[in-house]
Amino acid sequence: MADNNAFTLDDLRSTLRQAAGVAEDVDLDGDIFDTDFEALGYESLALLEVGSLVERQYGISLDEVAINDARTPRAFIDAVNTQLAAVS
Amino acid sequence: MNGRRVVLTGIDVIAPGGVGRENFWDLLSSGRTATRGITFFDPLPFRSRVAAEADFDPYDHGLTPHQIRRMDRAAQFAVVAARGAVEGSGLAMADLDPHRIAVTVGSAVGATMGLDQEYRVVSDGGRLDIVDHTYAVPHLYHHMVPSSFATEVAWAVGAEGPSTVVSTGCTSGIDSVGYAVELIREGSADVVVAGSSDAPISPITMACFDAIKATTPRNDEPEHASRPFDATRNGFVLGEGAAFFVLEDLEAARARGAHIYAEIAGYATRSNAYHMTGLRSDGLEMAEAIRVALDEARLNADEIDYVNAHGSGTKQNDRHETAAVKRSLGEHAYRTPMSSIKSMVGHSLGAIGSIEIAASALAMEHDVVPPTANLHHRDPECDLDYVPLTAREQRTDTVLTVGSGFGGFQSAMVLAAPERSVR
Amino acid sequence: MTGQVVVTGISVAAPNGLGAADWWPATCGGKNGIARITHFDPSAYPARLAGQVPGFQAEQYLSSRLLPQTDRVTRLSLVVADWALADADVTPANLPDFDMGVITASSAGGFEFGQGELRNLWSRGSQYVSAYQSFAWFYAVNSGQISIRHGLKGPSGVVVSEGAGGLDAVAQARRQIRKGTALIVTGGVDASICPWGWAAQLSTGKLSTSDEPTRAYLPFDRDARGYVPGEGGALLITEEARTARARGARIYGEIAGYGATMDPRPGSGRPPGLRAAIALALADAGMEPGGIDVVFADGAADPVADRTEAEAIGAVFGDRSVPVTVPKTMTGRLYSGAASLDLAAAFFTIRDGVIPPTMHIDPCRDYALDLVIGQPRRARVRAALVLARGSGGFNSAMVVRAAD
Repeated sequence: MADNNAFTLDDLRSTLRQAAGVAEDVDLDGDIFDTDFEALGYESLALLEVGSLVERQYGISLDEVAINDARTPRAFIDAVNTQLAAVS
Repeated sequence: MNGRRVVLTGIDVIAPGGVGRENFWDLLSSGRTATRGITFFDPLPFRSRVAAEADFDPYDHGLTPHQIRRMDRAAQFAVVAARGAVEGSGLAMADLDPHRIAVTVGSAVGATMGLDQEYRVVSDGGRLDIVDHTYAVPHLYHHMVPSSFATEVAWAVGAEGPSTVVSTGCTSGIDSVGYAVELIREGSADVVVAGSSDAPISPITMACFDAIKATTPRNDEPEHASRPFDATRNGFVLGEGAAFFVLEDLEAARARGAHIYAEIAGYATRSNAYHMTGLRSDGLEMAEAIRVALDEARLNADEIDYVNAHGSGTKQNDRHETAAVKRSLGEHAYRTPMSSIKSMVGHSLGAIGSIEIAASALAMEHDVVPPTANLHHRDPECDLDYVPLTAREQRTDTVLTVGSGFGGFQSAMVLAAPERSVR
Repeated sequence: MTGQVVVTGISVAAPNGLGAADWWPATCGGKNGIARITHFDPSAYPARLAGQVPGFQAEQYLSSRLLPQTDRVTRLSLVVADWALADADVTPANLPDFDMGVITASSAGGFEFGQGELRNLWSRGSQYVSAYQSFAWFYAVNSGQISIRHGLKGPSGVVVSEGAGGLDAVAQARRQIRKGTALIVTGGVDASICPWGWAAQLSTGKLSTSDEPTRAYLPFDRDARGYVPGEGGALLITEEARTARARGARIYGEIAGYGATMDPRPGSGRPPGLRAAIALALADAGMEPGGIDVVFADGAADPVADRTEAEAIGAVFGDRSVPVTVPKTMTGRLYSGAASLDLAAAFFTIRDGVIPPTMHIDPCRDYALDLVIGQPRRARVRAALVLARGSGGFNSAMVVRAAD
């Protein structure tokens, strides 16, 4: 079952690529843990699609408020892992 | 411009809780809501399970079995409302040159309901990628391309002039009427049967709005689910319906002694060129549309008696729109009642713009401003007079109605009593 | 109200050429873009030919941010709009944003995207439907995405009148320019060659079931047997003439006249409306029939509709008195894209003095038309008439002419 770090930055990177692509001037493989999603070229619509993909892949239901408030990959990953921990 | 002024002489509405012009006005002026738990299909799998459904039986409105079979529900709405508008206008269509009668139909999502149902069949429940066309209904193409709505309306009213469907998402209902006004002003038509229709309450629509969390999850209070400008609002309630109008030249309407509801005095549409679904909070582009529409109507901002809001009840829309109205009307915005009928009839996408034009014209007719239902705790960031809960009697000679939609479209229309003095 | 509106940029995506520079020589050379469908396996369907845009790799032109949220039709539209603006030598970022708009025609929106999400809904469940379904399939998507990409905040719009839309959109663009907007990106692109779109198109019973790419779509031929659908279209940059001249723009020509009608309801006994649409367009252009040097016909390839069109052309111009051509015979019918592509052809015809040919047909002698068949024809062309019809009775006619 999932541990607290079940959803990693690499998982997020691959989900972002699949659900929303990557803006031209953005290096998604760089140190983006605390970079604002906005600076990475992702707006709320893209993050909704990313969240939806995560929910389907992991069979969880994310906290809408936590995901909506997540401004950085760190916050998003934390929100996912909180839910994964809750169901494990 | 050849100076032709364009007026509304016929109105018919099919709305949730109010089929027919009078029933519709009765609903609005009483402040009742027509939102309810979805009955058209099992809503259990969905995040949002409320909608504003119209109680509409096509057989009650004289459609033949053939018409009913070949038309999507939205096309049925359009034909019934278009016919009703023509009847109500008292215009003897048979006496006119058919090439001088035009048709414009707004629709955001066309025959979504029919497409959803038919896809399920030809794909055998989504199993077949190579769908089986032998299971398709013979009119499936008319669902795919909603120009069929304009054809049906043209046939129903005997129009052979320039006709089209205008499909600009949730501003379609304003833009369709705006298009029609331009046809009369430029001399391409003498009469336009114009309006809009959508019937989107279908699983695919609920699913896509669930995915972007645009519709409200307030499933435990369906009749109080649509809460424009309220601090507790959390999304719109999907609706359906249609409104159609007879538009004609003011002088011609006067000459035949027609009842004139209102002049369409100004119209403009602009785009935010920002995002397909997102809005910037400054309301700049909607304000520009309002400014141009007022200019075309030759009205000052402080001459507007009532603002009929888009007021969808999403967090971002209501703030965006409040900002746009303040930006365009200035201090007068604070003195002007501004209400959202979506609190009562939901958001019927491309149809609602025309339904709101109807509401605006009827507000002028009755000198009554319809309320915003369910508005108990105003959002501090929405600080205008939204006419909470109860309709208000007031002299209403000029109305600004606005719309905002996916794709970034922002539209504004000004209705005015034609006898007002033109500066 | 009567301000002159000119075309300063053109680009196309067509089954016989991607980009105007590929497409126009191919069209004059009679290159056929109709072939067996490759977007999906068509063997299960009675019609298996289509005109498909070759070699379009969206990722070459568009950010991967756009790809998950766009149907093929939007990707084509975005790229064609980029090229049309470049052709007009316009950089929107340098112009007032409220002074530019985009008005397109669409017949089916992003239909293939819709198919994918309907499949997700019905085979897997509502939570599998993409957030992008809220706009990627709808009819307004191309106008919206183009306006966002280039920052066009002026009046924008979308018309749906099936095959007539490719002219109706341009007429609406002309209206907005006459009301004071300096520049409008306009025209139509359609693309719905997917199984779900194919099933819908088959329901009309009007698709050709021939498997021979040169025998399937034969307008004005005694063997006319229905049409072959295609994908693609054209976008034009339209501008107010004085503004365009002031910036030294190269001007292809002018949108000089337009007229539109609806056919009467079946059984009314009244005549079809195409002839009236032509008369309206000529009157709007202030021209007599003799001023028209070539007609780009609609070419339905349905015996009744072909006769209606031949009679309308004959009634206005007289028997065999104006060259008529149907370059669509090389692309199939592109729905909203078709007439916009014919407008592009009309402007290049004016520029080059070469009328592109109608391919593959042996004209039925009952039609008194001077069809340009098999080979391009050199001619001095100052004005052209483009005809377009949409399923359900839409008739539109547009006169374009040299602007100088």
